[in-house]
Amino acid sequence: MMSVETEIRFMLNGREVALTVPVTMKTLAMLRERLDLTGTKYACGEGECGACTIEVDGRTVNSCLMYAVDCDGRQVTTIEGLRTPQALHPLQQAFVDHGAVQCGYCTPGMIMQARHLIENRPGLTREDVQRGLEGNLCRCTGYTKVLDAVQDVAAQRAAGCAGAGAD
Amino acid sequence: MDKTATASPNAPKTLIGQRVKKPDAPDKAAGKTRYINDMVLPQMLTAKVLFARRPHARIVRIDTTAAAKLPGVHAVLTGADAAGLHFGFVRDNVPLKDKVRCEHDAIAAVAAETEEIAQQALALIEVEYEDLPGVFTPEDGAREDAPQIHDNFPGNRSLHFAFKHGDLAAAEAASDVIVDNVFRPHYVTHCCMGTSCAIADFDHKGKLTIWTQTQYPYNYKMDLAPALGMHPGDIRVIQPPVGGAFGSKLDVYPYEPIAALLAKKTGRPVKLTYTREEEFRASPTRQSAIIHMRTGCTRDGTLTFRSADVLLDNGAYTSWGPTIPVIMMRTTSGHYRVPVVDFKAQAIYTNNPYAGSFRGYGNVQTTWATAQQMDMLADQVDIEPLAFHLKNAQLSGETTPQKSFLRECALVECLQTAAAASDYSRKRKEYAALRDAPGRYKKGIGLASSIHNAGGAKIHKSDGIGTILKVDDYARVTVISGASEIGQGIDAVITLIVAEELGVPLEHITLVNNDSDIAPWDVGVHASRTTFIAGNGTRRAARKAKAQILAGAEKLLGEPAADLTLREGAVVRVQDGKEIIKLERLLRQMHFQAEPELVMVTDYYEPKSEPEGAAHSSDHSAAYAHAVHIAEITVDTLTGEIKVDKVTVAQDVGRVINRMGLEGQIEGGLAIGLGYALSEDMRIEQGHLRNACFRDYKLITAPEMPPVEMHLIESDCAEGPYGAKGISELPTIVIAPAIANALTNATGVRIFTPPMTPEKVARAIVEQRRQASAPQAAAQLEGATA
Repeated sequence: MMSVETEIRFMLNGREVALTVPVTMKTLAMLRERLDLTGTKYACGEGECGACTIEVDGRTVNSCLMYAVDCDGRQVTTIEGLRTPQALHPLQQAFVDHGAVQCGYCTPGMIMQARHLIENRPGLTREDVQRGLEGNLCRCTGYTKVLDAVQDVAAQRAAGCAGAGAD
Repeated sequence: MDKTATASPNAPKTLIGQRVKKPDAPDKAAGKTRYINDMVLPQMLTAKVLFARRPHARIVRIDTTAAAKLPGVHAVLTGADAAGLHFGFVRDNVPLKDKVRCEHDAIAAVAAETEEIAQQALALIEVEYEDLPGVFTPEDGAREDAPQIHDNFPGNRSLHFAFKHGDLAAAEAASDVIVDNVFRPHYVTHCCMGTSCAIADFDHKGKLTIWTQTQYPYNYKMDLAPALGMHPGDIRVIQPPVGGAFGSKLDVYPYEPIAALLAKKTGRPVKLTYTREEEFRASPTRQSAIIHMRTGCTRDGTLTFRSADVLLDNGAYTSWGPTIPVIMMRTTSGHYRVPVVDFKAQAIYTNNPYAGSFRGYGNVQTTWATAQQMDMLADQVDIEPLAFHLKNAQLSGETTPQKSFLRECALVECLQTAAAASDYSRKRKEYAALRDAPGRYKKGIGLASSIHNAGGAKIHKSDGIGTILKVDDYARVTVISGASEIGQGIDAVITLIVAEELGVPLEHITLVNNDSDIAPWDVGVHASRTTFIAGNGTRRAARKAKAQILAGAEKLLGEPAADLTLREGAVVRVQDGKEIIKLERLLRQMHFQAEPELVMVTDYYEPKSEPEGAAHSSDHSAAYAHAVHIAEITVDTLTGEIKVDKVTVAQDVGRVINRMGLEGQIEGGLAIGLGYALSEDMRIEQGHLRNACFRDYKLITAPEMPPVEMHLIESDCAEGPYGAKGISELPTIVIAPAIANALTNATGVRIFTPPMTPEKVARAIVEQRRQASAPQAAAQLEGATA
């Protein structure tokens, strides 16, 4: 009944980690149960809700669907990797400032997906953000304030880039 | 209240109506918040439940020997371990069953060192069932020869309710038009993002600590105790942060006593968490209903009566679901000025899942009917609907047949504001004229409104709240409140009010509200009551503290207390705003003096409302409020898909306290209502749920959320904190019939059973065309034969 275990090594939130995991273990379980990173949430376990969204090698994935062994050799970022000890990431702060957090259970996954959108899609329209967050379910907010927060940060970034370009 | 008063240049800045950030939001956004689902205790065991997965059966034999012997298993319990532990409103439930009455009945439970071992143990439990004929509709359950579900509830009859006012026969006779329809509000479920979870642990004095998602910690103790054979006083309830609740945690459900029974048996902490599939199957639903409603009016558009005959599918056990008639009848009797009312409701046991409370409790279902019949009646007497609504709208000072006193009623203002903002009357006429024009896409606009309690609801003996407030030597304030936080934002409201009253920064206020051994009594988060009730309690406590502080200033500094107030961390003179002393300095002086005193106050607030009572004729809430939604939609008549282009909301909020939180409650409530209206549907066939996953049970997603134009009407409620009313349920209640009315405006079809899925709408459109062309075809046929 014991499953086969494998040793893996990968970069997690900028630090190298090495551990042995069962080959059947999902990344979500590894993060939560083995690495104490409980910011990534379980809400469906089958890739339908986005609460467990993390970034792997620059792509967002549902960590409930990805085997832990597949993290080997990759760059993994979770919600805990966004802030510094002193300050929240601008998106995290925007979620706070815009009232985009109610129960907050979907928030980490929502922020991970939003960050990916902002970093990869310049000139985000509201529709882009809506489409980009379609796979992240929220039962509390009705999404409106989430979209406001993401658009605000996207606009700030665009303004910042425009400013830099002008210089 | 004089709204211009705040405009004076010397007036202090008020926080009331401002945008205040939720105090727990930074940690939540950081992924730092420890939800109950994240909690781990030393020595903690994991529990799993064996569900029957059949709707009605006798358990012939159950053998747990092999499961109990599996290494790592610490306890296995079955129905025999829960014999006599009856709980629930009518004591018809037990934590573990010796007979199966619905598919999610728990028949055994395991506590083991890991989830994997617990899962393996479940597979080793041998059960032999004898399946019994089931009952899957309330109509079938009410038949004389129906199988009996509970021995002590003959005829499968569960709760029943009735309310009558006036002479129905005379009112019917006096009506020129009567609409008569059967509405069938369906099953939906809460879909909290954090699945159900409880952690239980006993100490050696026999006291239970239960970490739970409950939203009513005090009555919860009373309700949990019989399920464990305990005294409620021996239970401590701790409420860690939760991933939503929405009414689903307003009762005790079997997983909670199961966790506690396993903890008792093993002497170790036990955690039980549902998977999403288990959550869909075993957590409560919104109550479904069959509502036969009749409403009459005279040719000039005056309502004459409304009657409702309601049949409820009780499901296998009685939780809050079948109690919704308490609110259904308030809507039946109070949604517009209805002189004559006849309401009755009967709940019938079936082998289906059973309902709990869900945001909008009973009113979602009833407004689905009343608001559509208002639209139908307006068309039948050929009066423009806005005028029809206005003609029947109550005014401030009116009392409904059930004695709900509408002290401040803003229904007319809500109707006029929403209609004007959306150009409702013109668009409705225009879209109706285009209904039969060629073209695949049709536009429609629909108006709906409703009334809801907005100052609590005294369905328990008390609707009150206890508050303890202390101010320490550094002017840091701790509020210990009974008010539970489930994501709705009472933390922001309470801190805002304390900051407003005591003039301290928001960051200097700590809220302690999640431990029943510390915080005092509260009824719970339900009935749109928390801002109203806890807001009043907090304000009263803060004002007591302020009075003590200003008296201290008078005593120590010789300035008359009446001339002083608190602002920006200091005691200031009201007249010129001059600072007398820093607050924290004064507090230390008060504390470290010859007659020392600490600022610690308590308050118990009980709203001025009357108990519901068996006659249902009482002013059961301290306030009532209305909301109007106008939905603008585009219907694809080929696919039946409804796209909601815009929603205009006008809601009587009494007074805005935290604008950001209030907007979030309206937007979020609306999203739940949109799901109810358009896509969410539990497919229950022969007692089995067929779509227990998010792939097949469709919540509203970000692209489907329409723009919302919000008009917050401030009616200034005399009893509410700063004039505020409760607001959180109306957004969920009103939207579905607004869309239904828009659908009729666009296409002429009317849907009586939500959700209005593409399949259902397309079918209705095809049927309508078939019927429209049938007489034509018949005439052609006649012509041909002649």
